[in-house]
Amino acid sequence: MANAKLWGLKKSPWVFHVAAASCNNCDIEILDLLTPRWDVERFGIVLVGSPRHADALLITGVLNRKSLPRVIDVYEQTPKPCLVIGVGSCTCDNHIFAPSYNVVGPYDKYIPVDVYIPGCPPKPEAIIIGVVKALKRLG
Amino acid sequence: MSPIILLFNFVIFPGFLFSAVVGLFLTWVDRKVTARVQMRVGPPWYQPYADFLKLLLKETIIPQGASKVLFFLGPLLGVVSMSIFAVMLFYMNFNPDKTFVGDLIVMIYLLALPPIGVIIGASASKNPLASVGASREMTQYFSYELPFLICVAIVIVKSGGSIRFGEIVLAQQNTAPFLYSISGVIAAIVFLLSAQAKLGYVPFDAPEAEQEIMAGPYIEFSGVALAMYKLSRAMMLFLLPLFIISLLWGGFTSWWAILKFLLLIVLIVLIKNTNPRLRIDQTLKFMWLGLGGLSIIGLILAFYKL
Ligand code: SF4
Repeated sequence: MANAKLWGLKKSPWVFHVAAASCNNCDIEILDLLTPRWDVERFGIVLVGSPRHADALLITGVLNRKSLPRVIDVYEQTPKPCLVIGVGSCTCDNHIFAPSYNVVGPYDKYIPVDVYIPGCPPKPEAIIIGVVKALKRLG
Repeated sequence: MSPIILLFNFVIFPGFLFSAVVGLFLTWVDRKVTARVQMRVGPPWYQPYADFLKLLLKETIIPQGASKVLFFLGPLLGVVSMSIFAVMLFYMNFNPDKTFVGDLIVMIYLLALPPIGVIIGASASKNPLASVGASREMTQYFSYELPFLICVAIVIVKSGGSIRFGEIVLAQQNTAPFLYSISGVIAAIVFLLSAQAKLGYVPFDAPEAEQEIMAGPYIEFSGVALAMYKLSRAMMLFLLPLFIISLLWGGFTSWWAILKFLLLIVLIVLIKNTNPRLRIDQTLKFMWLGLGGLSIIGLILAFYKL
């Protein structure tokens, strides 16, 4: 039973894209993943429109006072088990926005993050590797 | 028929299990062809089964303030009605002389249940986007049902006024399939496009427009409930072309039916991939004025045996 659950989760991770105040470059790189060149549907990865359908959250952008409650909300609305993947340097260490009064990140102060993918923005290949590592962590 | 055989028919073949497995496989065909059209590689063959298994074993969240009974009744309605539909469809194709009067009407009602299930589930889930989706689903349902029913009337007229499914199939096997006439072709076009709308495929996917209302009626569904919706959609993808074949193309008791079936599936997928989405008011106009007018012409032609 546990094996079946793991297999299903690994073979069809549906991702929901949480754009938490990013500068939009990371979002564009995420959309690149769906283009014919990278085609992540080969691995069963589909971008879904509602956190209720999601197995993985791709979070982009620096966490700030406005986006914090929304991100926590989205995380709580997602059925478990779910992976959380931080895309971009902003999610890792607040990046160039660190000195700002408004920034409250990084994310794992508030929600459990499985992998961080550094890069500004990370290449699509790097994002794929990150998702693969997150899936490997499952077991 | 003994109750055990009946139960076997309903649960395993050709009812729930068989049509679910074949239907899920067809959704893979759909995704693979879509991927090839877009010059991608596409998912592996077991993808729909992995999706389904994952959804079954995931947590199911019931939104706060939602009606629990209706929230689960909605998804279940589609699967149950499609299973009964599959049993009737197969039984009447293989035993066309053993049917009852009015079974065609029962089958049309069974086909109406999945959209009603979607509307019930969406309205029960207490989400504004789901309500928008439900209202669009309702509009869409009324829009395609009119030409669809007129075309069923064409079939009835052509079979000499019979509302027994078996007699319609027999009439075609004794003479020629109804498709080989002008009104038959009209009926086939209208059936194909209303099947497209029933499946919620582009160009008629306004109810669940992912880019504007985020999966619409399904937005609050997760886990088992979502799996049931996906399953009833997959079973419809299997059963609707078979329904069209048995009404217009002489039933599916011969091996040729497999080719006919594949042709219809590929047509549906290609229409899906080469069209933009229609707004819901455009759908209504297209269905009532365009296809409705066309099917009335077809009905008149059918009276003159054309
Ligand atoms: S990591 Fe760089 S590209 Fe990504 S959101 Fe931050 S600043 Fe923009």
